[in-house]
Amino acid sequence: MTAETSPANGERISLLRVLGPGHVWALGVGIVLVGEYMGWNFAVGKGGAIAALIACWFAGLLYTCVAMIDSEVTSTVAAAGGQYAQAKHIVGPLMAFNVGLYLVFAYTMLEAANAITLGHLVQTVGAMAGFENTNDKPFIVLTIMFLAWLNYRGVYTTLTFSLVITAFAFVSICVLFFAVQPWSDVYIKHDQLLTGLPYGWLGVLAALHFGMWFYLGIEGTTQAAEEVRSPARALPLGTMTGIITLLIAATMTWYICSGLMPWEYLGQSVTPLFDAARLTNSTLLMVLLFIGTIFSALASANCCINDASRAWFSMGRDHYLPQVFGAVHPKYRTPYRSIVFLVPVALVFAYFAPLDRVITFSILSGLLEYTFMAFSVILFRRKWPLGTIKRGYVHPFHPLPAVMLLVLCAATYFAVFLGYGTQLIAMMVFYIVASLWFALHRYKYVRRGEQFAMPWPKPVGY
Amino acid sequence: MNTFALLEYSAWGLSILLGLWMLVDMFRTDRSYSEDLLTSSREGEIEDASAVDPPQKRGAR
Repeated sequence: MTAETSPANGERISLLRVLGPGHVWALGVGIVLVGEYMGWNFAVGKGGAIAALIACWFAGLLYTCVAMIDSEVTSTVAAAGGQYAQAKHIVGPLMAFNVGLYLVFAYTMLEAANAITLGHLVQTVGAMAGFENTNDKPFIVLTIMFLAWLNYRGVYTTLTFSLVITAFAFVSICVLFFAVQPWSDVYIKHDQLLTGLPYGWLGVLAALHFGMWFYLGIEGTTQAAEEVRSPARALPLGTMTGIITLLIAATMTWYICSGLMPWEYLGQSVTPLFDAARLTNSTLLMVLLFIGTIFSALASANCCINDASRAWFSMGRDHYLPQVFGAVHPKYRTPYRSIVFLVPVALVFAYFAPLDRVITFSILSGLLEYTFMAFSVILFRRKWPLGTIKRGYVHPFHPLPAVMLLVLCAATYFAVFLGYGTQLIAMMVFYIVASLWFALHRYKYVRRGEQFAMPWPKPVGY
Repeated sequence: MNTFALLEYSAWGLSILLGLWMLVDMFRTDRSYSEDLLTSSREGEIEDASAVDPPQKRGAR
């Protein structure tokens, strides 16, 4: 056995603080932008183009609340794990364990969904090029392995890579928007294609499920809290510019696609933005949007690995999970064991599970997380009122955003229940069983006092 | 064997290489450093609190 290096003079290995606001923006937007390229348009199938627009803005409001709340809380909890760390400090261990699981599953499922999508795209290219019996599996596996390797090697390169490809994907949407000349009716035919609400207001409610696709994952910016150079500045800045970017991208995407395609087709399209580019008959735009689609899926999977591994790592560090997962690589300064451990989990889901179930599991885990956030920020303001703790950002109109978030979450639960009721119940049972395991078995291993390392004052009333 | 089949085999090969690289590096690292050092990370602190609460700005604590 080789000689081991042991800690001397209190020496510690921590995650590397090298990221700036641009990386935070890339982490938030990078996860989500694939939702503009594919997925959001199923909202059109549920209730028509107008319903999809209502869902787009409704979900936009929901996520603006999420971004504001997140920015305030995370600017004080500068720890990897994001909402898990927030739950640990603000609510308690059982909530933290559950939130940690929501995060890991939401991101790992999303990673699997992105890998499936990339594999499908490569397979489609192969079929279009005339090759028969093409197989998507090797490309699904390669996507996951390559991105895990990149994440293993260091956070700076990983998120710089995401920054470049996410910016490319966003600029591609902007180029398409101006290329279809929204100021004229040369391409855009809203006057002919917008046909009201084909399924009435029930269709609008059903569309909410997929309206979330425009923004799902922006809250992942908080996972970078322990790796940004200036958390109090970079996290609110990156998160708020991220949600603004997504609101613009979502509205442009809806405007382009609903103006070029009838809702009956748009509601079933696999790659709506690429299809919109094809309708312009411009080869340049087709190539641009195809690359944009590939890049957006790649960026999303990349950021998902980053976020899921940080959440898993934080839980291991506090002994909510076996401590081995709380290890940091001494050279690359990444949570390497968590990254490696989650690879087979993502591979199993990407290889064997159907895409719609994987996506729905991700959405439901995200919804549970947002519900927690609404309660969490109310408790946060009550326990640590303004003035008792330094905040990098203070969100306005409290508690209105929290109340709105709760109402919007309740409406979206109902929308999901309409389409995926069995899965919703199965998932709730899963989290209840996991909670019982934690409370009855795992909790005795948790570092009860040591897990609270933040220099916070005692909460009001204690 | 056509070009796409070659691409598929390349993807499998590259995936195996990347996976092996990570596993070998992980085992090497685990053998070279003590577990205490590898798991010595603690929650971070805010190094640069660029803004404070409005009441603090007004000195009304």
